[in-house]
Amino acid sequence: MPNSERIFIKGNEAIARGAIAAGLKCYFGYPITPQNDIPEFMSAALPAIGGEFVQAESEVAASNMLIGAAATGTRCMTSSSSPGISLKQEAISYLAGSQLPAVVVNMTRGGPGLGDIGPSQGDYFQSVKGGGHGDYRMLVIAPSTCQEAYDTAIKAFDLAYKYRNPVMILGDAILGQMKEPVTTWTPDHIDDHNSDNWCLTGADGRDSHILRSLFLGEGELAAHNIMLEKKYKSMEAEIDQEMFECEDAELIVVAYGSIGRIVKSTIRNLRKKGYKVGLFRPITLYPFPSEAMKKLALAGKKFLTIEHNLGQMVEDVRLSIRTITDSDFFGFYPGNLPTPDDFEDPILKSMGGK
Amino acid sequence: MTALQEKLVFDKSDCIADRVTHYCPGCQHGVAHRLAGELLDEMGLSQKTLLVTSIGCSVFLYNYLNLDSVEAPHGRAPAVATGVKRSCPDKFVLSYQGDGDLASIGMAEIMHCANRGEKVSIIFVNNTVYGMTGGQMAPTTLEGQKTTTSPAGRNPLKEGMPIKMSEIIATLGGTAYCARVALNNIKNIRQAKKALKKAFEVQVNGLGFGFVEILSTCPTNWRMTPVQANERIENEMIPYFPLGVYKDITAGEEV
Repeated sequence: MPNSERIFIKGNEAIARGAIAAGLKCYFGYPITPQNDIPEFMSAALPAIGGEFVQAESEVAASNMLIGAAATGTRCMTSSSSPGISLKQEAISYLAGSQLPAVVVNMTRGGPGLGDIGPSQGDYFQSVKGGGHGDYRMLVIAPSTCQEAYDTAIKAFDLAYKYRNPVMILGDAILGQMKEPVTTWTPDHIDDHNSDNWCLTGADGRDSHILRSLFLGEGELAAHNIMLEKKYKSMEAEIDQEMFECEDAELIVVAYGSIGRIVKSTIRNLRKKGYKVGLFRPITLYPFPSEAMKKLALAGKKFLTIEHNLGQMVEDVRLSIRTITDSDFFGFYPGNLPTPDDFEDPILKSMGGK
Repeated sequence: MTALQEKLVFDKSDCIADRVTHYCPGCQHGVAHRLAGELLDEMGLSQKTLLVTSIGCSVFLYNYLNLDSVEAPHGRAPAVATGVKRSCPDKFVLSYQGDGDLASIGMAEIMHCANRGEKVSIIFVNNTVYGMTGGQMAPTTLEGQKTTTSPAGRNPLKEGMPIKMSEIIATLGGTAYCARVALNNIKNIRQAKKALKKAFEVQVNGLGFGFVEILSTCPTNWRMTPVQANERIENEMIPYFPLGVYKDITAGEEV
C-alpha cells in the first residue's frame, strides 16, 4: 500500500484499510449486512500481507478468536452489525476483564431483534454502557465521514494498546455504505505499549503470563475492579468532540456519527436563514464529552439532542448538564433514512420559533 | 552404621508447578495434567506452548502448569485456540476442556475448529457430569445416570442419548488424530500418554487437528469412593464409550 493516495471508497472499506495501515494482522468475522464489505476486503487484503483472515462459524466464535489473537499481542479486529454485536458481548466482557487490546467495529442497523438492514443508532446503550456482563468500559469512537472512519481505525488500535482494552468503532449503515474520497496514510510508528510485558509468547526462561478474568481469592476481584476503574477514569484523556457554529449559538444540537453529519447540513441551511444554532458532535461516546457540554450549558445555551433512535444518548447529555439545564429530544425512527430537511422543524420548535 | 543413601528415581516434570491442586480426592484431572506436562517437557514444547484454559474444574490449569495461558469463556476454548494459533503459527497451542464445556455450550466451536483443521491439540476430559457447578447432567451423562438435574436418571426419551464426541470428531475433514482413552488403570494411563503424544505430534508436524478424549472420574459428584469410580469407568463408561484410535491420518487407516 502506498503511503498516501486519494481513493474513492465506502466507509466500511475505509475502516478496513485504516486497520491494515495500523498494523492489523488478524481479522475474524462473520457475514452480516451492512458491514460485509469489511470481511470481504480483509479476505483478500490480509493474506496478501501475510496476515490471517478467518470467516468464523458465528459471531460468537469470531469474537473469541479475537481473544486468542489479542492474547498473543497481535493486532486484531472483528466487525459486525447490531444483532451480531449482541452475540459478541460475552467475549467483549472477557477482553475487558482480561485486559486485552482489540478493535470491534459495529456498523449498526435497525432493531430491536432482526430489525432491518437500514441505519439506526439503537446500539448506543449497548456500546457505551456495557452490553456484556460486569463492570467494564470500552472506548467508543463514532466517526461521521469516510475519512474520519479511516483515521479512527488507525487511532483505535493505538488506544486499544495504550489502555489494554477493547475499543469500539461505532458507525452505521449510512457511513458503511456511502462512498467518499479518502486520503490514506500510514502511521510512521506503531506503539504496542510494551505488550511483551504481558502477552503470550511462551514462558521461555521467565514466569508464565496468565491472562484471566477469574479472581476467586479474598479481595482479589475488588482489587482488579479498582485497578480497572482507575484505568477507565484515565481514558478521559481521550475525550474528543466536534463543535460547529457553537460560539454565538442559542441552541446547541447534540448529535453523533452519521446523524451528526446530517444535522451539520441542517445547521448550515438554518444559519443561512439567520437562526443561531450550533452542533455539538461527540466523537468519543465513551468517555462522553460532559465537561465541554457543561461549559456550553453554563454559557446559557439551550440543548436539543437528535438521534436515530428512541432516545439513548440524550440520557448522557442530560447527565452532563443536569445541574444547569435540560435537553429536548428528537428521535428519528429507525427504518427510515433522514435528510437535513427532516431536522429543520424539530430544531425550530426547540428554538421556540415554531 | 552406614548413612542412608537416597537416590531420586522419579520426580515431577519442570512444566508442572510445585503447588497443591484444588481437585477432590480421586479426581483424575491431576493425572491428565501430569501426562500433558510430562509430554510437553519430553517433547521440548513447554517453552513454546500457549495454553488455552476453559471453564469448569480445570479452569485453574494455568496454576498447575508453568505455561503462558489465556482463559476462554465457557465452551469457546477452540475458538480462542484458533485465534492464538492463527496469530502465532510457530507456537504449540494446547487446550483442555470438560464435557459440559466442549460437548454442550461449546459444540459449535469444537466442531468447526476440528473441521477447519486448526493445528491445535485439544484434551477433552469426559467424566459424564458437570463437576464444578455441583453435579448436573452433561451431554455425556450415561443413560439412567442420576445427577442433580436428572434425579430420576437420564431418560433418553426426554434428554437424548449421551453424545459420543470422539466418533463425531473423527468424521470431520480437518481432524488428523482422534482417540479415546481412560485413566482407570496403569495400562490405560500409559495408553493415554501415547495418544496424547500422537495428538501433539500431528500439531508439531503441521498435519491438522489433534483430539484426545479422556474418560475420567468424578467421585464427588458420582457419590462414589475413588475405587468405585475407577470401577465405574471400566464397567459403565468404557462399554458405551469404547476406547481406541478413531482417526489417525499418519497411520493411513481409520478404526
